[in-house]
Amino acid sequence: MHNYLDIDHVGITFPTDAGPLTVLDGVNLTVRKGEFVTLIGHSGCGKSTVLNIVAGLLRATEGGVVLEGREVDEPGPDRAVVFQNHALLPWLTVYDNVRLAVDQVFRKTKSKQERHDWTLHNLALVHMTHALDRKPGEISGGMKQRVGIARALAMEPKVLLMDEPFGALDALTRTHMQDSLMEIQARLNNTVIMITHDVDEAVLLSDRIVMMTNGPAARVGEILEIALPRPRDRLALAEDPTFNHYRAEVVRFLHERHQPPGAGDGPPPPADGAAQAAPLRAIG
Amino acid sequence: MKTIPSRPAGVQPRRILARLAGTLGRLRPADLGRALVVPALALAAFLLLWSAGASQLRTSLGALPGPVQVWEQAAALWAEHRAGRQKEAAFYQRLRKRVAAAEAAGAPPERIARLRAHRYTGPETFIDQVLTSLATVATGFLLASLIAIPLGVVIGLNTTLYQAFNPLIQLFKPVSPLAWLPLVTLVVSALYAGQDGALSKAFLTSAITVTLCCLWPTLVNTAVGVAGVSKELLDVSRVLRLGWITKTVKIVLPSAVPMMFTGLRLSLGIGWMVLIAAEMLAQNPGLGKFVWDEFQNGSSNSLARIMVAILAIGLIGFLLDRGMLALQRAVSWDRSAVLR
Repeated sequence: MHNYLDIDHVGITFPTDAGPLTVLDGVNLTVRKGEFVTLIGHSGCGKSTVLNIVAGLLRATEGGVVLEGREVDEPGPDRAVVFQNHALLPWLTVYDNVRLAVDQVFRKTKSKQERHDWTLHNLALVHMTHALDRKPGEISGGMKQRVGIARALAMEPKVLLMDEPFGALDALTRTHMQDSLMEIQARLNNTVIMITHDVDEAVLLSDRIVMMTNGPAARVGEILEIALPRPRDRLALAEDPTFNHYRAEVVRFLHERHQPPGAGDGPPPPADGAAQAAPLRAIG
Repeated sequence: MKTIPSRPAGVQPRRILARLAGTLGRLRPADLGRALVVPALALAAFLLLWSAGASQLRTSLGALPGPVQVWEQAAALWAEHRAGRQKEAAFYQRLRKRVAAAEAAGAPPERIARLRAHRYTGPETFIDQVLTSLATVATGFLLASLIAIPLGVVIGLNTTLYQAFNPLIQLFKPVSPLAWLPLVTLVVSALYAGQDGALSKAFLTSAITVTLCCLWPTLVNTAVGVAGVSKELLDVSRVLRLGWITKTVKIVLPSAVPMMFTGLRLSLGIGWMVLIAAEMLAQNPGLGKFVWDEFQNGSSNSLARIMVAILAIGLIGFLLDRGMLALQRAVSWDRSAVLR
């Protein structure tokens, strides 16, 4: 199961008023089963676009995505998405939001009682069983995101796609959510692709960090293997030299080599808008 | 974060009172003073200006009435209503006695039936007119809603249909009720000729005019609400591969509910305004006719009675809007709806 998920030469071009805009150009990435991969890069570099193509919400104009030997051509619950703004249905309770997904995915394979238990099981995973009857408008941002994660986990996806799931949360809630996610990951060993802006988060959670170059025509710049043993403890790691080394690597990539266009002493962006960064390391 | 009851609070008066008491209880004394004293002062100032200004203004029917005269006429209208009801009750009591007497005397059945068919035909009181107006606006509004909500959903779901209907909606939306009225009157007369059933022609004419005018806000807002479902929620539906029906029922319709209610509230407000104008012009029974009759009557009390009607129209319009808001809060998941 080496090439579980294969993102193969994916490019996407959007028509705009000012002519076609190439957002991604030749993005290559393979993900092993059970691997936790984060995508990191500057805003607007096309990280979310990569994720949406894997989810099937967007169609690549070049290349394609293969999951377990089958090409991705439409969205489906085998690639569950945790949305940045939780995307819970505001008129359904916490329980009903998860139950909707469970009913849809396991309509034929699980009995009513099993679906009920499975809904509760997934809400228990994210510690949300105390608020089953609340509506999304009545719980905090962190709790909403927990429910969003429970909904995605409940679909038993082959790949869990997380689009900056903790981006809208305050720092303290975010650390709680990261710990919860590591705990869940230790139990379920899901295959995860997660987008983040947060360097600490990326190093703490990932098996590999995929650093993307700036758009337009973004591609994979560097890939960093995080060889830290699990379970990881954020307090112990805070003073760990290896952790800090990884951290510095990511920061250096984001800062020195690929500054936003026009800023600081980085290489000037090519006039024609085509990124020319060559990947430092072989991919996969 | 504010705690909100997780179950939709119904419209039971006790709950509403409790909530009102809770709201007042939470206010600091200074806020409480401001919440009660400021509106009271404004009302007092309005009454003072009214009574001072009104006495200066002479019309052909005497001085413009002040608050006191209007209050007197309101009391008088209520007294007339009570008297009318008493007369009606007395009439039916007499009728029952006559029927009983006729039966005792062994009168032929057709005569008894004719006797029973007698109806009280006293003048309609002010309260009767109010009730007629309410029944008319309710009929017209319900009819409009029954057409506008399903049509709005369909138009909102289908871009082609939206493009097809949009010019028609834009064309008919600004048409005044007074323009519809002659047409509606003629059509109703033609289709309802000679029948004098449960619904009078005048009632139908007014109700249909209301329908034609309060169709549009509900239709447009429902369509916009249905078409404006958040993209993220639609993405959720795509990831889950929800079928068309499940998607519509579970995601599209609930998310359009707040916009639907916005439309319904606008429609009801328009319907109420339209109704008064229609009744006045078409001489259909109701508050509008009451105002017009008093204007034609031209007695020394007429102006004060018209003012009672104006206040009643305003109060009822406000209460209708409040009722819709309460319904919205009871039904809709969106609790941010406010009174404007």
